[in-house]
Amino acid sequence: MFERRHLLGLEGLSAEEITFLLDTSESFKEVSEREIKKVPTLRGRTIVNLFYENSTRTRTSFEIAAKRLSADTINLSASSSSAQKGETLTDTARNLAAMRPDAIIVRHPSSGAPHLLARHVDCPIINGGDGAHEHPTQALLDLLTIRSHKGQIAGLTVAIVGDLLHSRVARSNLFGLRTMGARVRFVGPPTLVPPHFAELGAELVNDLHEGLRDADVIMMLRIQRERMNGRYFSSLDEYSRLYCLSVEAVAKARKDVIILHPGPMNRGVEISSTVADGPYSVIMDQVTNGVAVRMAALYVLVGRRRGIEAAGEDAPAEPVPLRRAVAAE
Amino acid sequence: MSQPAQDAQLLITGGLVIDPVQRTQRIADIMIRDGKIVAIDENIPAQAKLRGKVPTIDATGLVVAPGLVDMHVHLREPGFEYKETIATGTRAAVAGGVTSVACMANTRPVNDCPSVTRYILERAKAAQLARVHPIGAVSVALAGEQLAEFAGMHEAGIVAVSDDGMPVMDAELMRRALECAKMFDIPVIDHAEDKTLAAGGVMHEGAMSLRLGLRGVPSAAEDVMVARDVALAGLAKGHLHVAHISSANALETVRQARASGIHVTAEVSPHHLWLTDAAVEGYNTNAKMNPPLRTEEDRQALRAALADGTIDVVATDHAPHHKDEKDVEFDQAAHGVVGLETLLPLTLQLVHDGLLDLPTAIAKITSEPARILRLPAGRLEVGIPADLVIIDLDHEWVVSSESLLSKSKNTAFDGWGMRGRALVTLVDGRIVHDLRPNGAAATG
Repeated sequence: MFERRHLLGLEGLSAEEITFLLDTSESFKEVSEREIKKVPTLRGRTIVNLFYENSTRTRTSFEIAAKRLSADTINLSASSSSAQKGETLTDTARNLAAMRPDAIIVRHPSSGAPHLLARHVDCPIINGGDGAHEHPTQALLDLLTIRSHKGQIAGLTVAIVGDLLHSRVARSNLFGLRTMGARVRFVGPPTLVPPHFAELGAELVNDLHEGLRDADVIMMLRIQRERMNGRYFSSLDEYSRLYCLSVEAVAKARKDVIILHPGPMNRGVEISSTVADGPYSVIMDQVTNGVAVRMAALYVLVGRRRGIEAAGEDAPAEPVPLRRAVAAE
Repeated sequence: MSQPAQDAQLLITGGLVIDPVQRTQRIADIMIRDGKIVAIDENIPAQAKLRGKVPTIDATGLVVAPGLVDMHVHLREPGFEYKETIATGTRAAVAGGVTSVACMANTRPVNDCPSVTRYILERAKAAQLARVHPIGAVSVALAGEQLAEFAGMHEAGIVAVSDDGMPVMDAELMRRALECAKMFDIPVIDHAEDKTLAAGGVMHEGAMSLRLGLRGVPSAAEDVMVARDVALAGLAKGHLHVAHISSANALETVRQARASGIHVTAEVSPHHLWLTDAAVEGYNTNAKMNPPLRTEEDRQALRAALADGTIDVVATDHAPHHKDEKDVEFDQAAHGVVGLETLLPLTLQLVHDGLLDLPTAIAKITSEPARILRLPAGRLEVGIPADLVIIDLDHEWVVSSESLLSKSKNTAFDGWGMRGRALVTLVDGRIVHDLRPNGAAATG
């Protein structure tokens, strides 16, 4: 079951909660296969897509998910919102909240922005990606993809390759995969795989071939060209020389390996076209599953909410400030 | 500064009187006349037959100490009066038992010339609360390019120079600052941070910053700067004071430099003694400061260094910010927390914990900062102005941000239980803060 008010991240969710979200997603997959791809679950509900960063895939995926649930959707991007006029995130949130939306999906370049929002509005917040922190629905769709190909997640070895330092996808996957019992390897150059990641439960490997050895799942991260300014790595070519996922590199993994990529791909940089379009690639499944996962998240947080409130469980989730009595020191 | 009470006499009887210079304590009475201490002795009332004839504070069971000296405060005036003014800042100071504050130069305009120094002193005089000692900028406009007017500012009354908030990245400029400051016998206070290494980080770099997806500042950003600046202090034969030291490695550098005869002193803030980067959990912007809260190992090293004398001073880095500057995305939030009203209890807790003895703990917030800034304060002697604090060591209270007297409420200790409090604060023999049930003067 999932009794939380918001979906801010996968860290802290139990295996039961994640499984419930995946099971619910599974049941929504079928809706997208119908000729009439629509159910009335969220009819009369309003879902706000509040995007402070450019995004085509995630925003579209959320919008399709909401529409297939019959919700009304509004898209607000930073360029059209008040942010350009200097309005703070909290003021924007309060103004939106006054219009009584049923959920706000937020993407923001600052880590923790959805948490700030959650403190100021009383509708559910879904984190659509915050800074380098989390991107929970992306990780859920990755988990769903892995589970449907492998049967289960526990016991698998998952190699996540690329710019781990700046990746919210990697963090959400690390938390989710570890909770579900998988081994997670972070593979990349030392500048992008800082040692403290080991304290969060990842195995750190710098060599691509070593990192892929016997992997059940390879997850390639997008290399952001603007970040490769010569500080983390000399050039994209240099990066590609060591970390581009080639057919030879894939051969180090298990025979039945599957390859994921959150997109958009840089073909020839982090992944060769042969691999991206090859038999191991499940990238299109990820996109399809993305809609199902987001339908599930909206359903769980919005569709079931009335029932939860009726049951009396509804104190707004307050952040827990860290407070210690001095005397307890 | 403030007018001494005319012909006024005041007797404080029976308190445990702390002499932080000698590191001693004894039960004694203190006689104050015309704003000055005229006698410290056992049983003054009997000797002078003053009983009943002079206004008396019975300090039996209480501690009497020199008024506290906080050598690292941002009073924000001129320029940022919406955060704090000299009047509200010194009001908060005396409420915390602090009678002397040294205020940093990062105002608007920057305190980089004598007229700004004089303005600050005039505003402090008008406020009639704590003594204010301005710290001048190292560089014009804190830009790190050209030395500020040390001579003129010194004549106007600065007690140190610092570009606090902005590290002096140019090593030659730092060398010249140390050389010039030596002419006026004032320290250069070092905000030790290598900006290129900090690279826009917003919290300590470690597992916590990775977990939260926040850009980290490695301890090395402090370590390399402290190492550079003690080398420069050795070269210039000047006095380097390391502000708000936070890293265990930097402490080791200070220890070695001092052993080799370099004139280097150091301070630590209460928040680095009591909090770690774990406090950032939930994107708590009142745990965002520069230098950042670091690890438990660093925290323990800081406490040990305070006990062994490597760290001379506890100073607040009182940094008031408006609510609107804190109630934002973590990476957008202003750095720093207020501290004047919690300095005393958080330092006394080190005594309760057995880390420091009482006179040593008091010395860290009185005579030690006064020694570093060459101030005639922070001690108890006959003939000096009666800047005193009467402390109830066992007074238990809970910090509530809303009831702080500082204009800004950005404390890192909201809701914390405290033990120990300034009951009465005197400046020039005048009661400027009084929490006694039937206190003679209101606190404001």
